[in-house]
Amino acid sequence: MITLAGPSLVRPMGFRPRLARRRLVGRVFAILCLVAGLVAVLVLGALLWHICRQGAELLSVHFLTSYESTLEPLTSGIKAPLWGTIWLMALTTILTVPVGVAAAVYLEEYASQNRLTRFIHLNIANLAGVPSVVYGLLGLTVFVRWCAFGRSVLAGAAALALLVLPVVIIASREGLVAVPKSLREAAYAVGATRWQAIRHHVLPAALPGILTGVILALSRAIGEAAPLIVVGAVAYIRAVPSGLRAPFSAMPIKIFNWSELAAPEFVRLAGAAILVLLGVLLSMNAVAVGIRAWQQRHKTW
Amino acid sequence: MRRWQRAREGGLRGLFFLCALVSIAVTMGIILVLFGESLPFFRHVPFTSFLFERSWAPRTGQEYGILPLVCGTFLIAVLALAVAIPIGLATAIYMSEYAAPVVRQVAKPVFEILAGVPTVVYGYFALTFITPYLLRPLLPSIEVFNALSAAIVVGIMIIPTISSLCDDALRAVPRSLREAGYAVSATKLEVCTRIVLPGAMSGVVAAVLLALARAVGETMVVAIAAGSTPKITANPLVSVQTMAAYIVQVCKGDAPAGTIEYQSIYAVGLTLFAITLAVNVVAQKVMARFREVYE
Amino acid sequence: MVAAGRRPEATQALRLAALVAARGPAAPASTAAEPVIRAERLTIRYGEFAAVREVSLDIAPAQVTAIIGPSGCGKSTLLRAMNRMNDFIERMSVSGKLLYRGGDVYGPAWDPVELRRRIGMVFQRPNPFPKSIYKNVAWGPMINGYRGHLPELVEQALRKAALWEEVKDKLNESALALSGGQQQRLCIARAIAMQPDVLLMDEPCSSLDPIATRHIEDLIDQLKAQYTVVLVTHNMQQAARVSDRTAFLYLGELVEVGETSRMFTTPDNPRTQDYITGRFG
Repeated sequence: MITLAGPSLVRPMGFRPRLARRRLVGRVFAILCLVAGLVAVLVLGALLWHICRQGAELLSVHFLTSYESTLEPLTSGIKAPLWGTIWLMALTTILTVPVGVAAAVYLEEYASQNRLTRFIHLNIANLAGVPSVVYGLLGLTVFVRWCAFGRSVLAGAAALALLVLPVVIIASREGLVAVPKSLREAAYAVGATRWQAIRHHVLPAALPGILTGVILALSRAIGEAAPLIVVGAVAYIRAVPSGLRAPFSAMPIKIFNWSELAAPEFVRLAGAAILVLLGVLLSMNAVAVGIRAWQQRHKTW
Repeated sequence: MRRWQRAREGGLRGLFFLCALVSIAVTMGIILVLFGESLPFFRHVPFTSFLFERSWAPRTGQEYGILPLVCGTFLIAVLALAVAIPIGLATAIYMSEYAAPVVRQVAKPVFEILAGVPTVVYGYFALTFITPYLLRPLLPSIEVFNALSAAIVVGIMIIPTISSLCDDALRAVPRSLREAGYAVSATKLEVCTRIVLPGAMSGVVAAVLLALARAVGETMVVAIAAGSTPKITANPLVSVQTMAAYIVQVCKGDAPAGTIEYQSIYAVGLTLFAITLAVNVVAQKVMARFREVYE
Repeated sequence: MVAAGRRPEATQALRLAALVAARGPAAPASTAAEPVIRAERLTIRYGEFAAVREVSLDIAPAQVTAIIGPSGCGKSTLLRAMNRMNDFIERMSVSGKLLYRGGDVYGPAWDPVELRRRIGMVFQRPNPFPKSIYKNVAWGPMINGYRGHLPELVEQALRKAALWEEVKDKLNESALALSGGQQQRLCIARAIAMQPDVLLMDEPCSSLDPIATRHIEDLIDQLKAQYTVVLVTHNMQQAARVSDRTAFLYLGELVEVGETSRMFTTPDNPRTQDYITGRFG
C-alpha cells in the first residue's frame, strides 16, 4: 500500500519565484486597466448628463418647428437647420448610394485581381482617411465654383456624398463578401448571366449588409460641419431650403454657431439642438442594429 | 446569350467600372484642386517663407509662415494621443485578456457610441464643460479657449479607434505563443505584457498612427474650443489654431474669392492633406507588415 | 500452410514487437515507488462533452510514460490537465482527482504558476518566442528569479537538448530562423531550463520530418535519466521505441496501461490488440 506524503519538496534549485508579489502586481495592473475603461464610460456619462442638463428643458414641438429668433433667443427653434439636414441627407443618399454600391459590385463581382483593382482598393482606403475639411475644399472648388451650383444645398450634399463614398463602398463590399460563393454558383448553374445572378440572388442576399453600411455612412454625414462650412452653409437663415440651388443651414452648423456665442442661453439652445441630433442618430443606429438582428434570424444560408 | 443580352451585360459592367473609377476621380480631383488653387498663393509667397517663417497672418500682415498652424495642430494631436493611448491600450488589454465575455458585451456599445458622437458635440463639451468645470478649478490661469481642453476631448474621441485596433492586434497573436509563456511559469501579467504585447507591437503602432492622422485632421472640436490665434507654443493652457480650424475660420468669414487670404486656405489644405496622407500611408504599410507575420 | 501474403495487422504487430525487442532490457518498471502524478477517476468536460472519462492512471518517476490512442480520444486533454494548461479553455470542468506529489492539482495545494514551474511542457508545433535563442531559454528562469549564473544555465539546457553545438555561435539571432526540428529542441531546452520535475510532451514530433523526429526521440531517451516524461503520441512505433510504460486511451477512457514491451506484444485487452495491429484508428 502506497502512502502519499504531502507535496514533496523536490525543489528546483536556485529559483526565487516571489509568486505572491508577481500576482499582486498582476492584480493591480488588471484593476488599472479596468479603471481606464471606466474613465471612457464616465466621460460618456458626463457628456450626456451635461447636455441634458443644458438643453432638455428647451425640447418641445415648438423647438422643432420654429425658426430662430434674434430678439428672443430662448424662443428659437431649429426648423431651418433641421430641414436643411433632412434635405442634405436625402440628396447625399441619392448621390452616393448608387455610385458606391455599383463600385462595390464591380470590385467584388466583376473585377479581376490585377494592379488596377489593387490600386483602387488602396485609393479607397486612403480616401477614408482624408480630413473632412479637404472634402469641403474640393466641394467649394468643384461644385460651388466650377459646376456653378453656388453655395447651395446641392453643393453641400455633393461634398458630403464624396466624403462618405469610401464608407459606402467598403461596407457594401463587406455585405457582398458575406454572401457565400455557393449562392452565385447555384445561379450560374441554371444558366443565369453575371448580372442576372447579381440582381436576383447576390444583391438581395447582401442587402442587409449594404443597408447597414448606408446607415453608417449617413450617421457620419449627418454630424459633419466642417465641409459644409467650407462649401458655404449659413449659420442663420429663416427658411427651409426652397430648391436644389437654395442656400441652406444644417444642424451641426447651428450647433457650432450657438456654441461660439458666449451667452448662457445659447449654450442651452446648443444643448437642445444636440439632443435632437443625438436622438436622430440613435434612431438610425437602432434601425441598423435591427437590420443586423433580422439578418441573423432570417439567414438564408 | 442573345446579342442584346450580351450588350446589356457589357454595358452594365462598363457602368459599374466607371463607378469604381469615381473613387480615383475623387483623389485626382483633390490633388488637382489643392495644387491648382494654391498656385496663386505660392506665386505670391515664396515656398521657404511659407515653410519657415514663424508667424501666420494672411489677412492683416505680410506673414505667411505655416509653422504656427502646424505647431498648434501637433500640440493638440500629441496631447490627444497622450490621453488616448494609455486608456485605449489598457482597455484593449483588459478586453482581450482579462474581461469576462459579459463585460465585452457591455463595453462594445459604449465604445460605439463614443465613436459615433459628432465632433461638434465634442467641441461643445470641451468648451462648456471641460474648461469651466474640470480645468479651471485645477488651473485657474487657463484661458477660455485653450489647447488642453480640445486635446483632452479629441483624445477621448479617438479612444475607440485605438482600442478596437489594438484589440484586433492583440487577438492576432496566436494562442500557442501565450501557452508557451504560461508553460514556463509566467503569470498572466507577464504573458500579457512581455509576450503578447511585444508580439502585437506593430499592430499597435499602426493603430497609433491611424489615430494620429485622425487627430491631425480633426476640425470642429478645435474650432470651438481651442481658439483662433495661431502661435508657436508648447503651452497647452493658451489658445492656438490648427490648420483645419483656420480653413473653417476663413470660410465662415467673407474673404472674397481672389484675395490672398482666400488662396491661403488651399495652401493650408494642401499641407494638411500631405501630412495626413503621409501618416496614413505609413500606418498602412506597418499594418500590412503586421498582417504578414500573423496570417 | 500459411498463405504467402500475411495479413497487414500481423505485420504491424511483428514490427512493433521487433522494435521493443531491439531496445534491450527494459528499465525496471518501478511502480513500487511513489507515483509522481496520479489520476483517480479523473473526468474532464468541455461543456457537455466529456473528453476524459473516469481515468485512473499513475505516472512513475524517472520513466517515459506514453499515452497512445486514436485522434480525438482525450490524450492531449489528459496531458494538459496535468499542468493546468486546460484552464484557459472556456467551460472546462474537472471532477475526480489529479494529484501531483500527493497534492491536488486543482486544489489549494498547488498554485498553477508554481505547478507549471515543476511540470514543464513541449507542444505539438514548436512555439519559440519571437526573441533571440538565448532569450528564449533564459526568459523563464529570469522572471522566476533564478539565482545562479544565467548564461551557464542556458548553455546547460541547450547541451541537454542536443542543440548547443548548432547554435552556440548565434545565441543572439532570432529563434524563428531555426529549422522546425531545431525550434522544437529549443522548446525542449526552454522547458529544461526551468529545472522541472516532470516534462509533458504533446506529440512533439508530429510536425517534424523523420530525421528531426529521430533526434528528438534519442533526446527523450536521454532525458528520462533526470526527468519524468509523459509523452502523448499517435505514432505507435514511437511509443514502442521510446517509452517504458504505455497507456492506451480510447474515446476518453483508459483501456489498458502497462509495461511497453508487454503492451505491444501481449496486451490484455482485445481493443488494445486491435489498435496496435492497426485494425482501427
